[in-house]
Amino acid sequence: MFRIDFNKLRFLICDDNPHMRRILRTLLHSFGAREVYEAEDGATALEMYSHYVPDIVIADWAMPIFDGLELAQMIRQPDSKGNPYAPIIMLTGHSEKRRVTVARDAGVTEFLAKPISAKGLYQRILNVVASPRPFIKTKTYFGPDRRRNTASAYMGPERRIGEKHEVLQQPSLLDKARSSI
Amino acid sequence: MAKNSAKDIEVTAFATHQIITQPNPLRKVMRRVEEKDMDDPVGRAEQALADLSGEFKGWMTTEVNRLSAAYVAIRHEGFTKDRRDELFHATHDIKGDAATFGYPAAAGVAESLCRVIEHAPDLEKVPAELFTHHINAILAIVHENTKLDSISVSAELSRRLRKVADDYLAQVNRDRPEHLEAILAPSIVPAE
Repeated sequence: MFRIDFNKLRFLICDDNPHMRRILRTLLHSFGAREVYEAEDGATALEMYSHYVPDIVIADWAMPIFDGLELAQMIRQPDSKGNPYAPIIMLTGHSEKRRVTVARDAGVTEFLAKPISAKGLYQRILNVVASPRPFIKTKTYFGPDRRRNTASAYMGPERRIGEKHEVLQQPSLLDKARSSI
Repeated sequence: MAKNSAKDIEVTAFATHQIITQPNPLRKVMRRVEEKDMDDPVGRAEQALADLSGEFKGWMTTEVNRLSAAYVAIRHEGFTKDRRDELFHATHDIKGDAATFGYPAAAGVAESLCRVIEHAPDLEKVPAELFTHHINAILAIVHENTKLDSISVSAELSRRLRKVADDYLAQVNRDRPEHLEAILAPSIVPAE
C-alpha cells in the first residue's frame, strides 16, 4: 500500500473566494501538506507559480483578471522558462460535460466539480502523483495526454497519425510496484 | 521539489504530434506502508471540515448578501456587463459552495439561476419574478435551514424553481440549438 508524503509537496491554490481557499487550505493541511500558497486572481497565481514553483496547482475556473482556464494555458507554454508540466487540478462549480472538455483542451490535468469533498480532492491528488500521463504537443495543443482509454479501433478525424503504437503509456508507480512484488 | 532536467525529458516525434515522457518528478513523495497502516488522511480532513462547520452559516450569509447586493444594483441601474458578471459570479459561488456549507437546496436554486443568467438570450427580457423568486428562495433556505421541517420544503422549492426556469429557457431558446443542448445536457455531478 502506498501513501503520499504531503509534507514534501508544494501546492498553489488559486481561487477568488476566500471561503473556498480556507476550505482547501484546511483539507490540504489535514492531508499533511505544509507548503500551501494562495492567490485570489489569475495574474497573482501566475506570478506565484513562477516564484514558488509549486508541484501541484489547484485552480478555480472563474477568477478576476484572467480565469483558471487562461492560467492553465499560460502555464502550458512548452518553451517557457518555468515548468510547463505541473499538474493542474481544476476545481469549479461548473458541472457541464462541455466544460470538462474545454478544461481538458486547455491542458488541465484533473477536473473536480464542486461541491468539494475530502475524498474527491485526495483522489485527484493521488491520480496526478501516482499516475502521471505523458504530454502531447501538437500545433494547437500542449498538455497531458487527453486520451485515458486505449481505443485502438478509433478512426475519426482526430486520430493521431504515424504512431508505432496507438498509445504510449507511462506506467504508474502503483503498477510498477505491484509488478515488482 | 524541482522539475526534471531537460536531459530526462524524452521526446518522440510523429507526423502530427510529439509525445513527451519523463520520469515522474513526484515519485519521491510516494511511500510504501504496511497494509495495517491506520493513517487516514481523508478521515482526518473530513474531521477538520466538521470542525470548521461552525463558521459555515456566517460564510453563507456573506455569500447571499453579495448576491442580494448584485441584484439590487441591477434593479436600480439595469444590466451592464459588469453587473451581469457580478450577479453570475455571486450565484455561481453559491452553487459551488452551498452544499459544502450544508445548504444543498440553496446550491440547487443557485444552479438554476446560473442557467438563467447563462442561457437567457436577453437578460433585460427575463421576467423580474424569475430572478426574485430564486434569490428570495436562497435567502429563505439559508435563514431557515436550521429548522428540520424546512429541509424538505427547501428541496421541493429548489425542484420547482428549476422546473420553472428550465421551461422558460426551453421556450426562449427554441431557435438556439446550442443553448438548448447545453440546457438539456445532464450534469456531471451525481444527483443527491
